[in-house]
Amino acid sequence: MIVLDGVSKRYNGHTVLDEVSIAFGAEGVTALIGPNGAGKSTLFGVVGRLIRPEAGRVAVDGSDVATARSSDLAKTLAVLRQDNHIAARLTVHDLVEFGRFPHSKGRLTVTDRDHVDRAIEYLALDDFRNRFLDELSGGQRQRAFIAMVLAQDTKYILLDEPLNNLDLRHMTEIMKLLRRMADELGKRVIVVLHDINFAATYSDRIVAMRDGRVVADAGAAEIMRPEVLEAVYDTKVDVRQIDGRPVALYYS
Amino acid sequence: MTDLLTRRTPTPVPARPRRTGVGVLIGAILGILAIASLFIGVSDVSPLALLTGGPDSSAAFLLVTSRIPRTVAVLLAGASLGIAGLIMQMLVRNRFVEPGTTGVTEFATLGMLISTVFWPGMAVVGKMAVAAVFGLLGTWVFLRVVRAVPVRQLVLVPLVGIMLGGIVGSVTVFFAYRLDLLQSLGQWSQGSFASVMQGRYEFVWIAGAMVVVAWFAADRFSVIGMGEDFATNLGLDYRRVVAVGMVIVALITASVLVTSGVIPFLGLVVPNVVSLIIGDNARRSIPWIAGLGAVFVIACDIIARLVRFPYEIPLSVIVGIIGAALFLWLLLRRRGRAH
Repeated sequence: MIVLDGVSKRYNGHTVLDEVSIAFGAEGVTALIGPNGAGKSTLFGVVGRLIRPEAGRVAVDGSDVATARSSDLAKTLAVLRQDNHIAARLTVHDLVEFGRFPHSKGRLTVTDRDHVDRAIEYLALDDFRNRFLDELSGGQRQRAFIAMVLAQDTKYILLDEPLNNLDLRHMTEIMKLLRRMADELGKRVIVVLHDINFAATYSDRIVAMRDGRVVADAGAAEIMRPEVLEAVYDTKVDVRQIDGRPVALYYS
Repeated sequence: MTDLLTRRTPTPVPARPRRTGVGVLIGAILGILAIASLFIGVSDVSPLALLTGGPDSSAAFLLVTSRIPRTVAVLLAGASLGIAGLIMQMLVRNRFVEPGTTGVTEFATLGMLISTVFWPGMAVVGKMAVAAVFGLLGTWVFLRVVRAVPVRQLVLVPLVGIMLGGIVGSVTVFFAYRLDLLQSLGQWSQGSFASVMQGRYEFVWIAGAMVVVAWFAADRFSVIGMGEDFATNLGLDYRRVVAVGMVIVALITASVLVTSGVIPFLGLVVPNVVSLIIGDNARRSIPWIAGLGAVFVIACDIIARLVRFPYEIPLSVIVGIIGAALFLWLLLRRRGRAH
């Protein structure tokens, strides 16, 4: 479990996380939603030991993020941040191999290579494995990063807006993939999403944040209601049932 | 957990970008140039003279005391400066930085001046140590400045570095002028291997050793080259790797500075060319950068010795001309692509 206990973070007097206490890890896919500046990325930063909170503590499977060895945490928790505009000319294979770094420290064993091969295969990147990242399309590149995280072989995978800049087909592809990773591989995926309909369709649990606080935390059925979504996003949202599934309409 | 992943027999992996042929070619050119370098000069040192004269001849003496040291110094300086550039580029995450465009070289030169003023009788090793400390300081200052001024634009970052170097350089020139040391300063700022002799070049081996250190830590540098978040996610101590990188850059800069003086553009051009050929995975690119850097400098050194034979022109002039042309090409080529 990833347990946050009274976590607060301020930037120049502005509160980004306000005594957040929440636990992740019981469900396969958890979607983290909320307007810009709600504190979602900061929350990921704090869990991924990239940002040090002013108050509170974060524990991953019982070990405190602030004191645990970073290299040990890297074997249970993988965080993929938003801005992966990596300028380096690396091949897909190179990138996925770096995912094994916490285990191999750069000296790849047979087991490591096996993990790399399987991750590449799982993400259907076999044909691209020797392509440079800057030669790939946005969707392929995003898959390459997810393959890296998969090769890292962690129980928890945190993805910050993995659907950014992707077209419809690739968005759906990535969400199905995250679902499969949770169902087939037992991963615990926590994903920041802006499209609430994707969140409702593919996740087991939706956590909504606003102004640095968790304002709603439940299954899709309870979150996908006009009054809840309007309170979260401060905009008019209509919710209809289509084929038995709630669909939010916010295109007024 | 991953046992659930479906296993299948491993398929043959298509070739990764290795470019063995080009690598062998670079190695061959390097060998030929290195041998040529041994036999170019005013005095008669030729294979024939060596064979007829035996081990006590003046030719053999020259070979051992001058030609071999010069060739070794050129090769090690060329190899290591490319690596210093690569590591700076990883630390800053910008392709257009190297010790010469970040103020590091200027700081190291200031260190040389200070050691000359305060401890004139100091042994070269002491001067080099002071230069290295100043180089380290320079790297630190540059990283702080870049972090404070959030310039992520590709060309703006080296501009900041060049300005920083300009400020430090002008301070150095001012004191050198006041203290009548402009001549020494000119010597350091103009790279040349003309005065390299046995007993006066050995510090460049430190730079060579740094290449080996960099190669051992290659994966770590590749990872920090992808940013602090990325490195932390993989459990890497970002600050420690940055610190090691800074020390490598400072030691290479200082040891080349005391051996030959400033050699511009090399750290910029060579890693960029290698990146185009083979990519940025440091484990693969470091041998390439070292090899190509050595070829570049030894070719320039041979040209510097031949253009006005029997006189020499400073190596940095040749390197500057060729390097600047290559650098421009890299810049324009980049602009020619989508962004």
